Amino acid sequence: MKLTLKIWRQKSPDDKGRFVTYQVEANEHMSFLEMLDVLNQQLIERKEEPVAFDHDCREGICGACSMVINGQPHGPMQKTTTCQLHMRHFKDGDTIYIEPFRAKAFPVVKDLVVDRSAFDRIIQAGGFISVDTGQAQDGNTILIPKDTATEAFDAATCIGCGACVAACPNASAMLFVSAKVSHLALLPQGRIEASRRVQNMVKQMDEEGFGRCSNVTACEAECPKGISITNIARMNREFLKAVFGSKETV
Amino acid sequence: MKQLDGHIPPGPLKEKWTTYRSTMPLVAPNNKLRLDIIVVGTGLAGASAAASLAELGYNVKVFTFHDSPRRAHSIAAQGGINAAKNYKNDGDSVWRLFYDTIKGGDYRSREANVYRLAEVSANIIDQAVAQGVPFAREYGGYLDNRSFGGVQVKRTFYARGQTGQQLLLGAYQALSRQVALGKVELYHRHEMLDVVLVDGKARGIIARNLITGELERHSAHAVVLATGGYGNVFYLSTNAMNSNATAAWRAVRRGAYMANPCFTQIHPTCIPQSGEYQSKLTLMSESLRNDGRVWVPKKVEDAEAIRQGRKTALDIPEEDRDYYLERMYPAFGNLVPRDVASRAAKRVCDEGRGIVPTGLGVFLDFSTAIERYGKSRAHAMGIHNPDEATIRRLGEQVIEEKYGNLFEMYEKITGENPYKVPMKIYPAVHYTMGGLWVDYNLQTNIPGLFAIGECNFSDHGANRLGASALMQGLADGYFVLPYTIGVFLSNEIRTPRIPTDLPEFEQTEKEVRARLEGLMHIGGSQSVESFHRRLGKIMWEYCGMARNAEGLQKGIRLIRELREEFYKDVYVPGRMDEFNPEMEKAHRVADFLELGELMCIDALHRNESCGGHFREEYQTEDGEALRNDEEYAYVAAWEWTDLGKDPVLHKEPLVFENVELKTRSYK
Repeated sequence: MKLTLKIWRQKSPDDKGRFVTYQVEANEHMSFLEMLDVLNQQLIERKEEPVAFDHDCREGICGACSMVINGQPHGPMQKTTTCQLHMRHFKDGDTIYIEPFRAKAFPVVKDLVVDRSAFDRIIQAGGFISVDTGQAQDGNTILIPKDTATEAFDAATCIGCGACVAACPNASAMLFVSAKVSHLALLPQGRIEASRRVQNMVKQMDEEGFGRCSNVTACEAECPKGISITNIARMNREFLKAVFGSKETV
Repeated sequence: MKQLDGHIPPGPLKEKWTTYRSTMPLVAPNNKLRLDIIVVGTGLAGASAAASLAELGYNVKVFTFHDSPRRAHSIAAQGGINAAKNYKNDGDSVWRLFYDTIKGGDYRSREANVYRLAEVSANIIDQAVAQGVPFAREYGGYLDNRSFGGVQVKRTFYARGQTGQQLLLGAYQALSRQVALGKVELYHRHEMLDVVLVDGKARGIIARNLITGELERHSAHAVVLATGGYGNVFYLSTNAMNSNATAAWRAVRRGAYMANPCFTQIHPTCIPQSGEYQSKLTLMSESLRNDGRVWVPKKVEDAEAIRQGRKTALDIPEEDRDYYLERMYPAFGNLVPRDVASRAAKRVCDEGRGIVPTGLGVFLDFSTAIERYGKSRAHAMGIHNPDEATIRRLGEQVIEEKYGNLFEMYEKITGENPYKVPMKIYPAVHYTMGGLWVDYNLQTNIPGLFAIGECNFSDHGANRLGASALMQGLADGYFVLPYTIGVFLSNEIRTPRIPTDLPEFEQTEKEVRARLEGLMHIGGSQSVESFHRRLGKIMWEYCGMARNAEGLQKGIRLIRELREEFYKDVYVPGRMDEFNPEMEKAHRVADFLELGELMCIDALHRNESCGGHFREEYQTEDGEALRNDEEYAYVAAWEWTDLGKDPVLHKEPLVFENVELKTRSYK
């Protein structure tokens, strides 16, 4: 299949950036990133600079790949990361727009690569259970109902890619933050710090410059792992409980 | 050649670790505050070690080339983690896990290390549960287990098909907590390009800031490498695209020994290659072999018809299918260890019975399991005489609960629905058992330089069992290194902070710069990628699933030629002082071009077959691996000399005091 690509090229964070048009020949079995590999090979052969993009596992789990394809983070397929998107979902002659995730809290590094370290700082603010190595008792002394474990797991499958932020008109990080808050708050091990955790994480989220949630729910629709917005509702409850009902305010 | 000493503590096997741990020198809490440690890599081993060391009070600097520590390739581990908990009451014990691992590794690992690994395995599960890792549970709320290859008990803990992700996030969160407490300094998008030795001890690293391209000097009292395996030397593997050997290889170039580099694991269940453009291969977890049955048609004509699209799997009647693993290895069936399963797949494909257009693929079929689970769930739901559609629907439900994400991933990649038609799989490079040589303390032969996780060679011998990589990475990071590093550091409490303006730092930085500039200035006409692909083909052809002396010699020659061509004709676009992924790739591939040769040299010298190392000249009449314990029961640790010169072999004899060396049989 012959494709026209309109790719966002930006040399550095200060560069203004622009779309550049490329032609590439792909086949339907390729993944989207393999199609970009082919383009980059052509560019290198022509001694032009290849397109920079983040990628690593190419199995949909590391969360590194991060581009917006035709206006949708990770492209047109639901619950699919860019690396797992295959060209069989495009047609010969298609024009495809490829841009970086856009959000104030995710500054562009180069081309399609953005800096998502804000997510790390939110986790550092409280996305953990305070247990030192060696302190734990036997695993089976903490019993967890199967359904609770499943619910916590569903929230914990977040890969930290940032598609939720890119999808949101406010560039809000509520889905990401609430997934971690939920994962830990649902488990008995995580209850003890739940109040401090939610307050600290929300505070950091605000400091990083993410926007507010206005219930657009685009985050859920675009999340490659299908993280549910129920988590946002749960985080709001946890947050209100913590601010108004707990002595532990931060 | 000299003999290497693994510094294994004396005493009976079962007491070694406990006694050693209780009598080793310690670093007092106030002294820990004055000692700096560099940890390179944030996978399971690196993140768990960095967190644990910081909790103890050391000042830790952590480096990752990713944009976040959470992206390390441990995240992609699917199936599970082993632990000798015996929760299933099925006869598991520390001894049995130890024995399975030694046997699974074809008697090419150290008894003392493996026993220690089995001993601490249970603690890992406890630690992970306390961190909030959402392991699979039974209805009563207890932890669930499943079975993996090469064992006859259920000791594998899992979190759907994303166990690695959940365990890594647990370690990442523990690490993040220490970052917040100021005990860990995190350097993301930084790649280690060399280790700095001062007076023969590892005292720091040279790292490249991948955003600015600047070279930075970082010093510490000790350096820990947790940089993973080197499977990407094969170009196509299940490793992540950026996984590389540079950190470990640069340590080798500074004098660290590389142990058993030819021991690579070819995983039997990966999605077959579909075309030349392919960038990587995708694993389908070994856990699928709990329920999937591996088969090819009995008749070559049927296989041919399937390859040409004239028939499908469903057209082949039961009596014309060859469930070859069940036929050849009735005691373990589809759950034979990886090396055995991979070779069997190669054999049936070599016979012309492969079922994908390239001829390199076999079926993994879930229809029997779907039927079994469907009947059992119908029974549990009180449905008597269920019809076939109901059985199928309920059975598919059970399979989805167990392997849902894997089935989804398979469908995304291949466009085929594995609930309806059997998966197509073929072996692919997955893990490297070889790695930096370390002693019992996980210290390399360079004082102060430690290697943990897949980066070292220590625990898996010539073949790793499923669900043991996560176990080893976390054992090293949480429960072994935090103790053993103290043996070295207890002698360093009077050493002040290491300055980075020492001539050794200056010199090493200069050499790194020269190396990078050299690559940039070649200005040839071929891309880095094209060299990597060609290297991968040579490695797979001559140092892959089956090897022989003639092929290995040819492989060595071809690699040398390719390396020469690389330094004459590679083209690296962009500049050094900017974000430049192509230049990152260039120096990684340059190092692969040296490591690949050493792998072939090692494979050529080991005149026996063991585990993942199958030399065609050394096999039994029925095609099984033929070990030579008389001559090769040792660790081959290679010392680098110079390009084009032969490396020096050092041997560490493997002494088996507790297990009897037997021919490994899964029949």
